[in-house]
Amino acid sequence: MANCPLDGYRVTDFSWVWAGPLLGMILADMGAEVIKVETKKRLDSARLTPGRSTVGPETDFVFHSMNRNKLGITVDMSDPRGAALIRELVEISDVAVENFSPKGLRNLGLEYASLREVNPKLIMISLPAAGQYGPLSDIVTYAPSLGALCGYSSLIGYPGERVLGEQTPYLDVNSAIHGAFAVLAALYYRERTGKGQYIDMAQIEVGASTIGEAFMEYFMNGRVMGTMGNRNPAMAPHNNYPCKGDDKWISIVVKTDGEWRSFCDAIGNPPWAKEVRFSDGFNRLRNQDELDRLVSGWTVEFTYYEVMDILQKAGVASAPCLDLTERFSDPHFEERGTHLQVEHPATGVDIIAGLPFTLSETPGAVRRPAPLLGEHNEYVFGKLLGKTGEEIAQLIEDKVIY
Amino acid sequence: MGEQALSGLKIVECGSFISAPYCTKLMADLGAEVIKVEEPGSGDESRRCGPFPNDAPHLERSGLFLYLNTNKLGITLNVKTRTGQKILKELLKEADVFVENNPPQRMAALGLDYSTLKKLNPRLIVTSITPYGQTGPYKDYKGYALNTAALGGQSMRTGEPNREPLAPALAQSHYQSGSMGAAATFGALISRMSSGPGQHVDISESDVWATIHLGHGVHLGVFEGRKAIRAGHRTISVYPWCILPCKDGYMCLIAIQGYQWKRFLEAMGNPEWMADPRFRDRIAMAWEYADEVDSLVEAWLIEHTKEEIFEMCRERQITFAPVRDIAEVAHDPHFEERGYFVEIDRSGTGTLKYPGAPYKLSETPWQLRRPAPLLGEHNEEIYCGRLGYSKEDLVRLRQGGII
Repeated sequence: MANCPLDGYRVTDFSWVWAGPLLGMILADMGAEVIKVETKKRLDSARLTPGRSTVGPETDFVFHSMNRNKLGITVDMSDPRGAALIRELVEISDVAVENFSPKGLRNLGLEYASLREVNPKLIMISLPAAGQYGPLSDIVTYAPSLGALCGYSSLIGYPGERVLGEQTPYLDVNSAIHGAFAVLAALYYRERTGKGQYIDMAQIEVGASTIGEAFMEYFMNGRVMGTMGNRNPAMAPHNNYPCKGDDKWISIVVKTDGEWRSFCDAIGNPPWAKEVRFSDGFNRLRNQDELDRLVSGWTVEFTYYEVMDILQKAGVASAPCLDLTERFSDPHFEERGTHLQVEHPATGVDIIAGLPFTLSETPGAVRRPAPLLGEHNEYVFGKLLGKTGEEIAQLIEDKVIY
Repeated sequence: MGEQALSGLKIVECGSFISAPYCTKLMADLGAEVIKVEEPGSGDESRRCGPFPNDAPHLERSGLFLYLNTNKLGITLNVKTRTGQKILKELLKEADVFVENNPPQRMAALGLDYSTLKKLNPRLIVTSITPYGQTGPYKDYKGYALNTAALGGQSMRTGEPNREPLAPALAQSHYQSGSMGAAATFGALISRMSSGPGQHVDISESDVWATIHLGHGVHLGVFEGRKAIRAGHRTISVYPWCILPCKDGYMCLIAIQGYQWKRFLEAMGNPEWMADPRFRDRIAMAWEYADEVDSLVEAWLIEHTKEEIFEMCRERQITFAPVRDIAEVAHDPHFEERGYFVEIDRSGTGTLKYPGAPYKLSETPWQLRRPAPLLGEHNEEIYCGRLGYSKEDLVRLRQGGII
């Protein structure tokens, strides 16, 4: 049996930056042959992460992690002959992934209606910011502006304080994961029925889907949720607390009265823990500012791993707030393989993200490093599309393969 | 109602709260049959979480439960009992997928660990969603959304410097593990189509954060000493990349290309201060005197509303966006034209709007076949109709505390 669940499937991925390429990465990690389309005319900004070690487009470690397991070709899609090459590739692919603006996609002649003609069984997913139609459909966004437009950012900030907004690429990754599911569901349908289809995914809609509770509060009661910090409407303590050392924090959640008693025992039953104002969930929620201060008074005496050990032994949920390097040296993550070392021709050995899932029979694997620019042009244009050496040479000279 | 993408697929869910229920909601909404197994009497704990209409708690009126469990059939079953486990196994014998989010120890104690289920139904795909996974030193640790976001690294990237890191809003951790669970399950299903056996899908919520979300920068962290920088309302990169207050709320200012910043200065009426060359060096502005530039820009923003500023930016192709709140999104003409919010009628709440399809499939669109189930609503349909129990059996099972 194949080692990877999507062995034998082919994906043409002409998306760029974060959401589309991460969707492609999930499919590639599952074993699909994912052909990433790039162009020297305009490098994917993911190849240009600022940093000491990024000395050129082949040495970007973030790019290496996000694009492992993929093949790489270079095509200038704005040239009609380049767009034609993509159509030829799509003809022999199962899935196409893109995140151009709808107008941009139409200008290239690569919208679904035209790709379906060359491959009626194609499953194609578009994941621009706001979808294929609607007043916002041609908007250019970055992850922070996605958060602004879908309501998510309005929830990020300290309780009752200013909006800080989502500053990370969180919503891009959210889109990639949901998009991978939608593609695989469509693929499942196609395997049963032979029918392909088009998936119009608006990143702002996928973002809104993960804050469903906030919309229900509004539709039910007309209340608009705002910034809540780490607070939870049903649980206290529920926060990140300071620990020994510089900028070290521990997350602690106490849900039930049973867990509260265990927590009090674990921290040595200080007198304040027995006060009536912390005696049940309702009281703890009402007095959580003071509760947080008192809990901090305890946590600050210990390192964050010490707190986790003490509390988890007592059956209380607690985990340190880890940073990049700290995750790398955490024993649990090491055993789980959340970071992998992979050889790359341009950089030696990279540390890249591990697979986000574990399958017992067909685990998927990192089979190859991220591609060099155009590394697989020969294989894709020569072997897969059957072009002759002369044809390829001409396309290179004309900067179509570029 | 037309055939849907996942029609005919049989899924059983023993899930509670968010991660496993969201995972199977994604599948149910595309047509899979999802039988949701709940504890008799109390049901899924999300039934006790609000929001509730008029803040009146009721097991059949929780907004969270109603949203997460659309399109599912609901049965009650006490899986702590031998009889309950036996009945669950009868269902699993005929199922394609079993999704659960219980601690690994608990599943083993109930005789529902993967190796047992594999013998029962070798084609079954079991998707287990837990805070830390089925293996590893933390596998028996407790973890809520706040904890997995902390361990996975997401929290250290948000908040103000020198204050507590902020976890993602609401319960993002669970939505991430739920959606990743759905994608991985379908990888396994597609694999099974060509080569037979089921398998165990192990989703660790903190791994999902640590890998696909936050794993790509680890090399830079280890070899360049890069740390996550919490900078509050801004990202320190090039100016602007921040959230600033305006007359009626906040704007998200982000301009990767220099020309967009220039156009914005023009739109602001070319304020005098822009003549100072310090305000043309976007890196210095971001790294050295961002507070100063913020106050200069804020002085103008405070005179204009979000939507005014947004329109002005759209006209000039400046990539700024209004920080819309939940109400504004709920009434946004864009979401309305796309039909994103859908109306669902459900006994107990009447007709309410809900978030709808996160994606539009052209051949087999998202559909509402039924609202979230009442507790035990489909007991008769499943136990009598499918498993062959009689109505008298149901009475006895109820009296015995099994259903």
